Amino acid sequence: MAARKSTSKPASKPNVSADELKSYYKDMLLIRRFEEKAGQLYGMGLIGGFCHLYIGQEAVVVGLEATTKEGDSRITTYRDHGHMLACGMDPNGVMAELTGREDGYSRGKGGSMHMFSKEKRFYGGHGIVGANVPLGAGIAFADKYKGNDHVTFTYFGDGAANQGQVYEAFNMAALWKLPCIFVIENNQYAMGTSQQRSTSSAEIWERGKAFGIPGEAVDGMDVLAVKEAGEKAVAHCRAGKGPYILEIKTYRYRGHSMSDPAKYRTREEVQKMRDERDPIEAVRNLLLTGKHASEEDLKAIDKDIKKVVNDSAEFAKESPEPALEELWTDIYATEVPQEA
Amino acid sequence: MATEILMPALSPTMEEGTLAKWLVKEGDTVSSGDIMAEIETDKATMEFEAVDEGTIGKILIAEGTEGVKVNTAIAILLEEGESADDIDTSAKPAESEEPAAKSSPAEKEDKPEAAPAEGKSHPEPKVDTAPDWPEGTTLKKQTVREALRDGMAEEMRRDENVFLMGEEVAEYQGAYKISQGLLDEFGAKRVIDTPITEHGFAGIGVGASWGGLRPIVEFMTWNFAMQAIDQIINSAAKTLYMSGGQMGSPMVFRGPNGAAARVGAQHSQDYAAWYMQIPGLKVAMPYSASDYKGLMKTAIRDPNPVIFLENEILYGRSFDVPEIEDYTVPFGKARIWREGDDVTIVSFGIGMSYALQAADRLAEEGIMAEVIDLRTLRPMDTDSIIKSVMKTNRCVTVEEGWPQGSVGNYISSVIMQEAFDYLDAPVINCTGKDVPMPYAANLEKHALVTTDEVVEAVKKVTYK
Repeated sequence: MAARKSTSKPASKPNVSADELKSYYKDMLLIRRFEEKAGQLYGMGLIGGFCHLYIGQEAVVVGLEATTKEGDSRITTYRDHGHMLACGMDPNGVMAELTGREDGYSRGKGGSMHMFSKEKRFYGGHGIVGANVPLGAGIAFADKYKGNDHVTFTYFGDGAANQGQVYEAFNMAALWKLPCIFVIENNQYAMGTSQQRSTSSAEIWERGKAFGIPGEAVDGMDVLAVKEAGEKAVAHCRAGKGPYILEIKTYRYRGHSMSDPAKYRTREEVQKMRDERDPIEAVRNLLLTGKHASEEDLKAIDKDIKKVVNDSAEFAKESPEPALEELWTDIYATEVPQEA
Repeated sequence: MATEILMPALSPTMEEGTLAKWLVKEGDTVSSGDIMAEIETDKATMEFEAVDEGTIGKILIAEGTEGVKVNTAIAILLEEGESADDIDTSAKPAESEEPAAKSSPAEKEDKPEAAPAEGKSHPEPKVDTAPDWPEGTTLKKQTVREALRDGMAEEMRRDENVFLMGEEVAEYQGAYKISQGLLDEFGAKRVIDTPITEHGFAGIGVGASWGGLRPIVEFMTWNFAMQAIDQIINSAAKTLYMSGGQMGSPMVFRGPNGAAARVGAQHSQDYAAWYMQIPGLKVAMPYSASDYKGLMKTAIRDPNPVIFLENEILYGRSFDVPEIEDYTVPFGKARIWREGDDVTIVSFGIGMSYALQAADRLAEEGIMAEVIDLRTLRPMDTDSIIKSVMKTNRCVTVEEGWPQGSVGNYISSVIMQEAFDYLDAPVINCTGKDVPMPYAANLEKHALVTTDEVVEAVKKVTYK
């Protein structure tokens, strides 16, 4: 099967309803405000260790989540807060995990990089770059074994795309026709090393050609383009045709982690992206110019989201630290975990 | 309401920093994402962005100030409609709560009970001495290879979510013929040949276990699993904990471990001590055919990731296997192969060959050794070891692995902490030599632990 280049159209003629457009706006704004708040709590010492913010990349997960149905799975690397919010996990539980508290998704034992929701089929949150790619293929393997039509979204970055195990997974996924969408979130920098300096090919998705995996490049600053490409990939996987690669070109506004001085790119480069390609502004403009929403409507949405985020921060600060006994729990299971 | 902008922590270790430069001045309006200042941390100079919208009412810390503590107010932000005149001392910090205490909970209070018992009291260990099968059970001779296959086949019949994947497990019938006949019985859906790609298929196996299946992942040898050790430890062993108990990895990783014969350094390593160290894993390393079968069945049913360390030389050896339907052996229960009063010899896996041969020879000289087969290393039945040492007052451990950080080292420390007063001699660890495995026949023999060394060690601890 030949790989092909994206034919995704710009978002000028959205094939979505006003309500859908509004929900993308809300979902993306929730991620952005949540991440800004997380950055603030980190600054106050309430969040420790590593904290990787998703600001700028919101259209990727929101566009793809719009193509999922009940039973689909998702797994990603350590820049994972956006994925959790987009698949419907509770902002309170996510923020409380960031602060290392009892009411966090992992009862404070996972932290920013290691969070899971069996209920939402969100399989983490992984701190080892590239390791989640075979894991995602394995979840897809289980779905194929059981004979259902679920798909697994396996997200990883342009940096992870240089790990050998990614290609081990590509090979087996193609060989066994696993229903796995490999989503390369190309934000152009692997920590501080630009794609140009780390990656031999300009188009990473084309590496799938070597395995007979079709794919395409997608404008990741345009939520509608992401959704359209996602629908194509999902249809391919659900039809039993095997894996699909989406290389979504996106951009992270903030540093790699909280302690990144960002000396590897200019302030102008970041500012230009923010001014000209911001995914949230783009949808906002569509809503306003299409008269799907008024300034007041959007202000009301902003206010609601600010409240959700502030509430999550309050919740995360008030939740107690885990009991000392938690140190010794969840090392071994006594029963087989129930399938979600 | 006016809010204070606080000096942020910009790295995991930052406690104070220099406010190098203000990029805004009093009266400027800022919105979320605008860069307000440059701050020098212990690592680098960082840009500090605004989170909330508003007007800079007052700058409290001048640029160039060094040693500004994290969470000190550095400026006042006014909301729409407020003026600088509104600023008073009652301005509340943007986040009013104190930052979380830096000390971890474990430091604040007494450590939870984890350390082994200390002091002079040595309560009698509780040991399950029930035999593996009732007296009078019909036994048949079976090789380890056959018993292992039977154990897997029985579990595959019992649970359709159990499947076997690995290199050459299907059409080739197993590189060491362990999976002989399984493809015919269970088909290609459940007996799956993989490409030579250990890291990748170990990860796919772990993912499949999260997706509700019960994978058995075969490594052609455990030496090749070093390519996959990240998936075994970081993904399989740690996820239950990291997910707060939401999802674990019910699966088995198996294959031959340790030295075979004349295959050189890269194919001859014993990983017992490595995997035994990892919380979240269970580790079985059986010796006899009945244990291979019974422990494999237990491993497949266990809801945790199990490391099953086999031995190529043992594959062809025959032992008595009970003809009992659904024969299982519990984890964490040692087997006493031979009773004796003079010394305790503890071993596992192929180490048992040396232990039992040495015990035979010692018996001829009137030294009666008690020989314990641990069978599983995690959980480890240390109670059986302690109970025996309380009787014999002496202990020798036997394994093929390397000496530094060996399984025997761990057993020695447990004995010291739990039965120190009972020891009449230092514990001796008989191990493989501290060298990569050589190829030459004479050197290889010498590099492994030998029966002579076990006999000699026993004589040393019994002062004979």
